[in-house]
Amino acid sequence: MMIYLPIAEVSVNAFVLLGLGGLVGVLSGMFGVGGGFLMTPLLFFIGIPPAVAVATEANQIVASSFSGVLAHLRRKTVDLRMGGVLLVGGLIGAALGVWIFNVLKAQGQVDLLVRLSYVVFLGVVGALMFVESLRALLRARRPAATAPARRAKHRGWVHVLPFKMRFRTSGLYISVIPPVLVGVAVGVLAAIMGVGGGFIMVPAMIYLLGMPTKVVVGTSLFQIIFVTAFTTLLHATTNYTVDMILAVLLLIGGVIGAQVGAQIGTRLGAEQLRILLAVMVLAVCGKLAADLLFQPAELYSLGDSGGGH
Amino acid sequence: MRWLALALLALAAPLRAEEVVLGLSREQVSITTDFEGSEILIFGAVKREAPIRADPPLEVVITVAGPSRPVTVRRKERVAGIWVNTEAVEIDRAPSFYAVATSGPLDEVLDDTEDLRHGISIPRAIRSVGAPPEVANAAAFTDALIRIRERAGLYVAAEGAVEVTEQTLFSTAIDMPANLTEGDYDTRIFLTREGQVVAEFATEIGVRKVGLERFLFTLSRERPLVYGLLSLAIAIAAGWGASAAFRALRPG
Repeated sequence: MMIYLPIAEVSVNAFVLLGLGGLVGVLSGMFGVGGGFLMTPLLFFIGIPPAVAVATEANQIVASSFSGVLAHLRRKTVDLRMGGVLLVGGLIGAALGVWIFNVLKAQGQVDLLVRLSYVVFLGVVGALMFVESLRALLRARRPAATAPARRAKHRGWVHVLPFKMRFRTSGLYISVIPPVLVGVAVGVLAAIMGVGGGFIMVPAMIYLLGMPTKVVVGTSLFQIIFVTAFTTLLHATTNYTVDMILAVLLLIGGVIGAQVGAQIGTRLGAEQLRILLAVMVLAVCGKLAADLLFQPAELYSLGDSGGGH
Repeated sequence: MRWLALALLALAAPLRAEEVVLGLSREQVSITTDFEGSEILIFGAVKREAPIRADPPLEVVITVAGPSRPVTVRRKERVAGIWVNTEAVEIDRAPSFYAVATSGPLDEVLDDTEDLRHGISIPRAIRSVGAPPEVANAAAFTDALIRIRERAGLYVAAEGAVEVTEQTLFSTAIDMPANLTEGDYDTRIFLTREGQVVAEFATEIGVRKVGLERFLFTLSRERPLVYGLLSLAIAIAAGWGASAAFRALRPG
């Protein structure tokens, strides 16, 4: 069934959109990532104009994150206090990111920057996570566990900073500076790359802040809701690029998928979950890198001219 | 007014007294939610006072053009191992949709000067003045624009697609794809003999969004904040709804 999208001004198959929404929703529920890093490129592939894809994706992430966070709230795996601290940083970062984005857009190379940052960040994060969780998995297999000794080394510099706060749900007593900085960094990336930023935040929470994996997913979703809602409003009022029909189709699949994903997530072990996420991140990274490295079939591309009305 | 003047001029000329009487299967294309493209039947007759001139034969050229917008065409080049957009050329005006249907091979039914004057063939319908001087091969950019849009079904050159009966009746069908832009689509009919335009006629086909499409589009432009908040409300409601539904399905 073909559906004409009023803002994107293209006609697409409704079932393809429902399916994409569902697939990304499952990932969102399982890993606490918004799924934007997968969905945005997928929307490009089916012919949605990039500006519309990025803006509408933000709206869709609000829905799937909200659905996901409710499931996590019931299981009490959301650290609301940590989420609030991250959010403060996130909003500052998003505003900063939009500003950087516009400066680079004026230089005409924003497309390349977005792709390069995808490749670099997905590559680094994916590789780190993969190695780390593979090692943890192997350690768990062997009975002689040396894990506690390694864990103590991870904390340290986070503990000597001022403005300490107790995060009961995470079982942490740390300075608010690292979480705010993580929030800012994620906010900047989110605005530039047009994603929720969960795929950066989740590892940052685990490895930098030392939060328990179970709490990380719900807390990340909590923060993403607000940052993407902010982004959606920004896009809707300045660029008019949020396509409501596209968003509705994506989010019908998305919210159902998120629930399914949250269920799967509770059944899989934390290490398996991380390995899966790492593989996925590396796969997307590989595809984007290939696009940059190999000669494209069509060397030319069309774009709207700025200011031409 | 221009067409009227030309028509009067054509009437005034003693042997050129041929006029187009046109019919369209539809004058309005409505973009609804399930819009899958549209086929428009364009048909008409040649009205004349004098007897039919058998030689040279009458040919018909029909064009349909969507609203024109400037387009930037960019070319990728390999820089330090990766493919990067380097050169860019701005095409001043390129129709979002363009179809040209003729009763014979285009270069036979229309000569080059007439093509240039009326902007009939696809390359002539695109206007590109002044590519930046540092771009060596500006024509390649225009070719790329045509190639990309032809592949998307937005530019169509249908040679021999116009049927002419008894030098008087003509008809053709123009396929419009699903991804149409809203606007007035200029439709022109040219009658030619020996490559010279002997009569022409122009009208418009309105392409409009209707119903839900119209409502959402208007809301997004005129009340963007309301539109944005509505989008968010739908998102939150859908997220909550799915969560509640799943809780009802799987208690615990």
